Amino acid sequence: MTEAKSSSSGQRTVFVCQGTGCVSSKSIEITEALAKAVADEGLSNIKIDFTGCHGFCEQGPIAIVEPDDIFYAHVTVNDVPEIVTSHLRDGKPVERLFYKDPVTGEAIPNHRDIKFYSMQQRIILRNCGRINPERIEDYIATGGYESLKKCLKEMKPEEVIDVIKSSGLRGRGGAGFPTGQKWEFLRNARGEPKYMICNADEGDPGAFMDRSTMEGDPHTVIEGMTIAAYATGCSEGYIYIRAEYPLAVKRVRLALKQAEQKGFTGDRILGTDFSFNIHVKEGAGAFVCGEETALMASIEGKRGMPRARPPFPATSGLWGKPSNINNVKSLATVPVIIAKGADWYAATGTEKSNGTCVFALTGKIANSGLIEVPMGIKLSKIIFEIGGGIPGGKKFKAVQTGGPSGGCLPEDYLDQSVDYESLTAAGSMMGSGGMVVMDEETCMVDVARYFLSFTQAESCGKCVPCRIGTKQMLDILERICAGEGQPEDIDLLQRLGEQIKKGSLCQLGQTAPNPVLTTLRYFKDEYIAHIEEKRCPAAVCTKLITYYILPDKCQGCGICLRACPAQCIAGDKRMVHVIDQEKCVKCGTCLDVCPERFGAVVKVSGETIDVPAEPVPVKEKPKAAAA
Amino acid sequence: MVTLAKDTLTKDDVADKMQEIFSQHAGERQELIPILQETQQQFRYLPAAAMKEISHFLRVPESTVYGVSTFYAQFKLTPLGRRIIRVCRGTACHVRGAGKVLAELEKQLGIKAGETTEDLEYTLETVACIGACALAPTMTIDNETHGKMTVKKVAEVLGDRSKVQ
Repeated sequence: MTEAKSSSSGQRTVFVCQGTGCVSSKSIEITEALAKAVADEGLSNIKIDFTGCHGFCEQGPIAIVEPDDIFYAHVTVNDVPEIVTSHLRDGKPVERLFYKDPVTGEAIPNHRDIKFYSMQQRIILRNCGRINPERIEDYIATGGYESLKKCLKEMKPEEVIDVIKSSGLRGRGGAGFPTGQKWEFLRNARGEPKYMICNADEGDPGAFMDRSTMEGDPHTVIEGMTIAAYATGCSEGYIYIRAEYPLAVKRVRLALKQAEQKGFTGDRILGTDFSFNIHVKEGAGAFVCGEETALMASIEGKRGMPRARPPFPATSGLWGKPSNINNVKSLATVPVIIAKGADWYAATGTEKSNGTCVFALTGKIANSGLIEVPMGIKLSKIIFEIGGGIPGGKKFKAVQTGGPSGGCLPEDYLDQSVDYESLTAAGSMMGSGGMVVMDEETCMVDVARYFLSFTQAESCGKCVPCRIGTKQMLDILERICAGEGQPEDIDLLQRLGEQIKKGSLCQLGQTAPNPVLTTLRYFKDEYIAHIEEKRCPAAVCTKLITYYILPDKCQGCGICLRACPAQCIAGDKRMVHVIDQEKCVKCGTCLDVCPERFGAVVKVSGETIDVPAEPVPVKEKPKAAAA
Repeated sequence: MVTLAKDTLTKDDVADKMQEIFSQHAGERQELIPILQETQQQFRYLPAAAMKEISHFLRVPESTVYGVSTFYAQFKLTPLGRRIIRVCRGTACHVRGAGKVLAELEKQLGIKAGETTEDLEYTLETVACIGACALAPTMTIDNETHGKMTVKKVAEVLGDRSKVQ
């Protein structure tokens, strides 16, 4: 990348994103097609390369042409010839592939002018989308492994800990415990060997930043981990990655091999006496293994069940030896803090929450993707400026942070500062950084039910309040969603939720009721509508909704009749169609297929619409009225 | 009605392959999960006969092997289909209509989530999150991800695969 930038002879490099998102929309084929087309065209000054995740997955597959800083969105293999001949050969960028601002509709050619990127501050993701993650040379060219050299050659382990402590770095896995302090515990712990563990078991539904970091910049994780091992006196390390992330596993393994060859990990690192060997362990699909004691049990080959703390891992962790567990993002931050200094890092963020945080912004939002923003940013800024607001002119209803352990915050909290303390005070949490936006078409009772069905299924079964309590809560919520809720259910949910929080050993159980408790706190009216009026205000809960075909709009085209999977629509040519409500499975297919110009199918909850019982002829409309 | 495929492999069927897997390991307790993962990769499930071999190799009770196998969602005790379809039930997918996609797949394949078609062609599963939330709702067929799924795209995606085969 640097060579492309410094060159003035028309040297260009095309960086195609090869993160999981873009790969799923065929970015590998695009890379190959570009390389072939450039070769066919004889363009010797053009280099085709790939990077990890750019974060803007919504716009994928993404390609960036440097040094022009041209950002192409939704690229397909068919676009390749035009990019090559028009832009790379003749110097005219392809306008139709530019990113279009969701608010203004304006086409924006340059990567740096896109609001999604320009408002971010990237520390953890600094190299994601900028370098080829499969080449260690690219990482080294950005100053990679210099921090490791600095630590090993110029700093004592205690000095490294002091820098991390004064930077104010807190655990990015969600709990926010000061990283430097954790390292100090391990440094002072007695027992050999000591283990350094990287928690890459990113299990929160709605979060994918750890995966993108490992896919886009695996070396920063390895460098951070090796520095941590040096500071704390560890000789062995484990990276515990979900098996559901095959690309991340592949790139981390490759990066480890490269780092070993260059002497950045392994025996006698950089010619010093310090040795540190990193192993990769693949998880086997258990959400609870994100909890540190469960994760260690899993590495040991056992069922991943949490245990009581103390003893904390620093005194008795993996195989009873002193251990430390850090999240991918915490470790990825370490090399930057060493390079730029504690004060530089501490200058970003709020008083108690320093630095930046990464969010996976998803749900009903225009610009889905991965963002890194300074701590203390307002929720509204993330959602409406970086995220581009809610698509389709819909109204914002809630934002869910912290995954299944977090909570749903309503509109009143849009001015809320995003940091560990503020989110916890509002009943939610930072968690691992999932941020799911919900609009008026999202039912909050259904969302609470969804999260609980997740935690209930993932409960390891050790603590009774979590194992049985979440099941009871889920049963009640399912009843409410089915229109069979009782008035006393609300109090019962509240009581159960508080008891589960108190009576569970690990974070999974202690936080499992949060989605229910926060929706009860902020969206009680929706619960009441379900229970007392048998009505789902967002028209989501299938048992509480009805589909109707409006007789004054139906043109008798028969599209819905043919598409209906339950064959419950009666009608004929030029006859108003009618849904047999007894047979209707409420799949919504008729609503989806009814041509927009008719808009004859409606979905309602808690009301009945008068429609004919049998098909009747379509009323002829006077032609003039239509114009 | 679809019946689930059965575990029919015997000790003789698995012995050679298991020896091959064991030859890569030292026989330590911590290798249990990697060995189970490799066994499943080999047979597309964990045959009871193979689990007995693992218990001997690692010198742990059969109940421990069974306990770990049933604790983790990845491990299956009955044969899986040749193609594994995983529908993401992550939050982002949920609010963008993953439920409808799953229902359509269940309808088209004639099985429920967690089941395998009789001809052992497809296994349908749900997964907590595949981490491609920006493409919600998503599903995977083997290692291929399909993003921004709709009910209409289900037939397309399934049809696509049958042509390839």
